[in-house]
Amino acid sequence: MDLALTTYLIVGATFVLYIGIAIWAKAGSTGEFYVAGKGVHPIANGMATAADWMSAASFISMAGLIAFLGYDASVYLMGWTGGYVLLALLLAPYLRKFGKFTVPEFIGDRFYSKTARVIAVIALIVASITYVIGQMKGIGVAFSRFLETSYEVGLFIGMAIVFFYAVIGGMKGITYTQIAQYCVMIFAYTIPAIFISLAITGNPAPQLGLGGTVADGQYLLNTLDNILVDLGFSQYTAMKGTTLNMFFLTMSLMIGTAGLPHVIVRFFTVPRVRDARLSAGWTLIFIAILYTTAPAVGAMSFYNLINTVQPGEIGAEDGNLAYENVPGWFSRWEETGLLAWDDKNDDGRIQYYNADNPAFESTAESYGWQGNELTVDRDIMVMANPEIAQLPNWVIALTVAGGLAAALSTAAGLLMAISSSISHDLIKGVINPKIGEKSELLAARIAMGVAVLVAGYLGLNPPGFAAQVVALAFGLAASSLFPVLMLGIFNRRMNSSGAIAGMLSGLTFTLIYVFIFKGWFFIPGTNMLPDTPENWLFGIGPQSIGAIGALINVIVAALVSRATAPPPKEIQELVESIRVPRSA
Amino acid sequence: MASNQEQAAMAYWKENVRLLITLLIIWFVVSYGLGIILAPLLNNIMIAGYPLGFWFAQQGAIYTFIVLIFVYVFRMNALDRKYDVYEK
Repeated sequence: MDLALTTYLIVGATFVLYIGIAIWAKAGSTGEFYVAGKGVHPIANGMATAADWMSAASFISMAGLIAFLGYDASVYLMGWTGGYVLLALLLAPYLRKFGKFTVPEFIGDRFYSKTARVIAVIALIVASITYVIGQMKGIGVAFSRFLETSYEVGLFIGMAIVFFYAVIGGMKGITYTQIAQYCVMIFAYTIPAIFISLAITGNPAPQLGLGGTVADGQYLLNTLDNILVDLGFSQYTAMKGTTLNMFFLTMSLMIGTAGLPHVIVRFFTVPRVRDARLSAGWTLIFIAILYTTAPAVGAMSFYNLINTVQPGEIGAEDGNLAYENVPGWFSRWEETGLLAWDDKNDDGRIQYYNADNPAFESTAESYGWQGNELTVDRDIMVMANPEIAQLPNWVIALTVAGGLAAALSTAAGLLMAISSSISHDLIKGVINPKIGEKSELLAARIAMGVAVLVAGYLGLNPPGFAAQVVALAFGLAASSLFPVLMLGIFNRRMNSSGAIAGMLSGLTFTLIYVFIFKGWFFIPGTNMLPDTPENWLFGIGPQSIGAIGALINVIVAALVSRATAPPPKEIQELVESIRVPRSA
Repeated sequence: MASNQEQAAMAYWKENVRLLITLLIIWFVVSYGLGIILAPLLNNIMIAGYPLGFWFAQQGAIYTFIVLIFVYVFRMNALDRKYDVYEK
């Protein structure tokens, strides 16, 4: 069967599955719509949370990011997993005990303040919308690249699917589709990884294969280190950034992860406090299956790519691959524009090396190289994997379905967080507290429908700053939401003035620091300093500043709450009660 | 009676916080200590084909995080039973 048809069939089958689940999991009450009736098994919630969390970027781009950054990409691997330890130990069980529907609702109740609740809603919406744009783009790109449709048509199909199951089923529908999406995603990721690991290292487990040996008996990582140095790059396993910036970037990603509302709210859906703890553990296992495979996929496909274009001795005249001999996958990916060759020295052979390294310039010249000739999009490391490993067409099709599952599941989770904060926190919480159950459910469905349309619009007309803003989502969650949630649980004395002052100062500091380097409101050209390490405060980049924002939030909150009246007695009792799973 | 309950709740919370601090120290040492600060040094040691610092940063830290959460789960369940706050 030809590839296009197989891809249509497999992607179509997964879509039918998602729609089937949606019809089966219709939400009948606000409790089902917001938190799936609190009846999700902890392992099932673990899978759903893993799908919720792992976005199009995790699935498609992360391995490529690791390939090109080597050791330095560890910040993402540790940052996006270590946050779950914070979430499991510091937030999830207590917020589950609180037992209501949304994150801003906890902040509003705990700090007995509608202002605090509204600030939390704003932080939530900004963080989630920036995130959802990336998912919408992922859906459109996956369709246009593999299904021979236009970007717009792909986006509309994706929107229609999400609209259907999110509006009908709310959190309940989203949860059970996410479980299916996790399964699709993880099969699609691991099967090609197992085969490429077998082909390169002879070990079927990619996690062990990464430490394995290649054909000549040398360790894969040593070989990569050596080839890269010979081509003018830094060693794969060596640190290239500064320790301080890596430290704060990891910290910001961890705190941001633990503070992202669409993830936190997933722990509201399990029946008991101890299920919330257990569920966090299962979530991390399901995430780790992909996150420990990704470094192997990155290193192995990178090794494979370099070996393909540089089969012989580096510097020898015939050491580089002649263009007429490129393998089939190479030409196919050239057509998509993800791989490009420009024969700068007219020798008909492909040279890939670090042309930006002044120390390597004379060596390159002595080889007769006149610039790097190969441009590689990082997404290729995952998407071309099945073809490089010569796997059958259905595996390639499954990879496409996996990328779409990753984007759809994250988009749905984010849209859920956005729409529930509008219908439950703004409409019911602030504007019209007397709204009845049925009307609120209707409002929730309408808010969801509008959120899908807005996300689709932003996917069609992505603002130019979309890429930079994703980093901001973590900074915002880290500097505003996580600290007040934690203080609300662990500091009984924390009051509304402290929480509000803390959130605002953390948020303002982080925003201003980012704007200074990225432009005010991301308008190009309005940045006050060039975004280079020399200008960063103590060498801490704008992506890494969330952790400092969080620290400022905590300090300001502590100082202000000390100087003002303690919270009322019933709030202190609320804190006591969320600390204990069941009152004795 | 009420004060007994309050004391029990306080003792429960204290044990909980002590457990959290222990686990978070391990969390910090493994990821930030071994995975970042000491990584260049540890990279001189090769274990099973991996430079050790690189292994902690791209594999070991993640495995440790999983173990930490499950230790927390089991210890908290025991603590819940000890203080009779285990949910039915």
